[in-house]
Amino acid sequence: MKPFDTLAAKAISLPDDDVDTDIIYPARFLLITSRDGLGEYAFADRVAGGDTRIGAGTGAPILIAGRNFGCGSSREHAVWAIADLGVRAIFATSFGEIFRGNCANNGIVAGVVTEDVAETLHAAAQAGDRIEVDLVGRTVACSAGTFAFSIGEAERESLLNGWNETTRILALHEQQIARFEKRQRVAEPWLWANETEQEITENV
Amino acid sequence: MGEQTPFESPGAATLYERLWTRHVVAGDPNGRALLYIDRHLLHEVSTPQSFELLRANDLSVRRPATNLAVPDHAVPTRNRALPLPPGLARDQVDLLRRNCGEFGIELLDLDDVRQGIVHVISPEQGFTLPGITLVCGDSHTATHGAFGALAFGIGASECGTVMAAQCLWQTRAKTMQVRFDGKLDDNVTTKDLILALIGQIGAAGATGYAIEFTGDAIASASMEARMSLCNMAIEAGSRTGLIAPDDTTFEYLAERPRAPKGKDWDAALAYWKTLKSDAGAHFDKTVVIDASEIAPHVSWGTSPDQVAPIDTALPSPAAGSRDAKAQDYMGLEPGKPLLGTQIDFAFIGSCTNGRIEDLRKAAGIVKGHKVAPHVQAIVVPGSGQVKALAEAEGLDRVFTEAGFEWHSAGCSLCVAMNGDTVPTGKRSASTSNRNFEGRQGPGARTHLASPATVAASAIAGHLADPRKTS
Repeated sequence: MKPFDTLAAKAISLPDDDVDTDIIYPARFLLITSRDGLGEYAFADRVAGGDTRIGAGTGAPILIAGRNFGCGSSREHAVWAIADLGVRAIFATSFGEIFRGNCANNGIVAGVVTEDVAETLHAAAQAGDRIEVDLVGRTVACSAGTFAFSIGEAERESLLNGWNETTRILALHEQQIARFEKRQRVAEPWLWANETEQEITENV
Repeated sequence: MGEQTPFESPGAATLYERLWTRHVVAGDPNGRALLYIDRHLLHEVSTPQSFELLRANDLSVRRPATNLAVPDHAVPTRNRALPLPPGLARDQVDLLRRNCGEFGIELLDLDDVRQGIVHVISPEQGFTLPGITLVCGDSHTATHGAFGALAFGIGASECGTVMAAQCLWQTRAKTMQVRFDGKLDDNVTTKDLILALIGQIGAAGATGYAIEFTGDAIASASMEARMSLCNMAIEAGSRTGLIAPDDTTFEYLAERPRAPKGKDWDAALAYWKTLKSDAGAHFDKTVVIDASEIAPHVSWGTSPDQVAPIDTALPSPAAGSRDAKAQDYMGLEPGKPLLGTQIDFAFIGSCTNGRIEDLRKAAGIVKGHKVAPHVQAIVVPGSGQVKALAEAEGLDRVFTEAGFEWHSAGCSLCVAMNGDTVPTGKRSASTSNRNFEGRQGPGARTHLASPATVAASAIAGHLADPRKTS
């Protein structure tokens, strides 16, 4: 995954609260088994408020969203679709938890800001301001000022380094996993019924 | 959380903390834990890209026996004796077959009576057990928390991580106790309890928390009723809804195909009986609701927290507000009573309410009545086994004689990606879990309710109170 450093660009403003992953990526497109090129299905059915399709053609890599953005279904397609629109950072007062985790796994910054900062960022985005994201310093800046955002320290580190979570776990923790399994085989043998040692594949 | 100390059991622990501590493989300086994952459920929609992740990194599945796959989201629920018609759904189910074959994962295929919605079949098969960690690329994985399992939904990338490493990095949640005191009224169900809770705390009210449900109304509830409750924890923002296992749990699991047997059962049972929150355990938040005061609930908006007792009137929100936008989408007038709102569709099914007890409840209300002529009503059993059992009990005839369609198992109208849809502008009373814009089809209008309420509404032709029809 590409490491995230700094970003300075225009932003899309989507102030509605509770924008769920069905709105971001309607279920009928879940039949697609690829993760590439999903941007054309992003926000395909957005009807409330008579909005035109969000993000279409703007090319803005920052999204300023409302409360509880990305709630609902765990579909990672929602993140792939937003990423395919070119978005690299999203700011909101809160996020759906699974969506937030999916962002980190796809190189997207999901930063939490206060209500006041969100309001300022929406105004900046609507005015066409450039917004600057500094992940090292955990700040987001526009013409109105520089503001702190919060993001899990582990997510931040992973994004800055562009880590692959899967291969990183295997490279660093294989022995601890094996030790855990050895203990659990004794403590909870019913979870290992019909499984022999040979049936475990160590991905090293 | 920085104060977290993996490998050490705290003095008085909640059930969540106990399950968490038991599965910590490693900690990191940021307060996260690498959690061991005991079981992984797969379906056709959220895993194609997970297997691609394995291939791209040249990885195998570490413990194939801890994975179980079933097609459910995309599959047609009509004409199931026929081969799937050509198209994306067939391609997706075929891909799941190929992936499972290549990586050595067991698949319960479409012609298997054990096929069904992933959150219905796993408990049925005894794949879900107390004390385990269980994940699935599906947000309704909290369902399995009804057994005292630490179960949560994950993304497709994480499904790949779990298959390769049997672990996930996680941040420990805060804890919330939701206590339902008292006894439910007749034809009021745990679906009404969870809708009432979401209405009270909001769609993000439990974000960052793991919920544990306690109280008299839970202790007296069946496993099916408990699953309906835990299933919708995510609609309150929480990935995890837990209930401590008890005799009801153990009776449900005894003799299930994949439950422990013989000496293993005795050892497991001894452990499972320790799985509860200590009397002095600290919850970060507690919510108390008197279950005996809860009326049947129905949603009126496009978020599950836009919900009200069925015998009340719609709110009159300020113009331009979130509630006003939702009422506009739903085609509802502020201040009008919910009762009497005409419906076009009635759907009984889903991982929330597609189990045998749900069908029995609905059939009890439907028996001897007819579906209103303008309503298309369908029943989609949650699994092949639920369907077979219902047919053995004659429930299918109760439904079909009343004018309901009787389908084969799948997610169907809950996610509307298998060809079953509600047309634009049409109104549905639905036992499913999400009333989002377009959830049952572009422009469709969804009212979430219990099987009892949907059955009563199908007969009346409009939203109806199940307490008054039986």
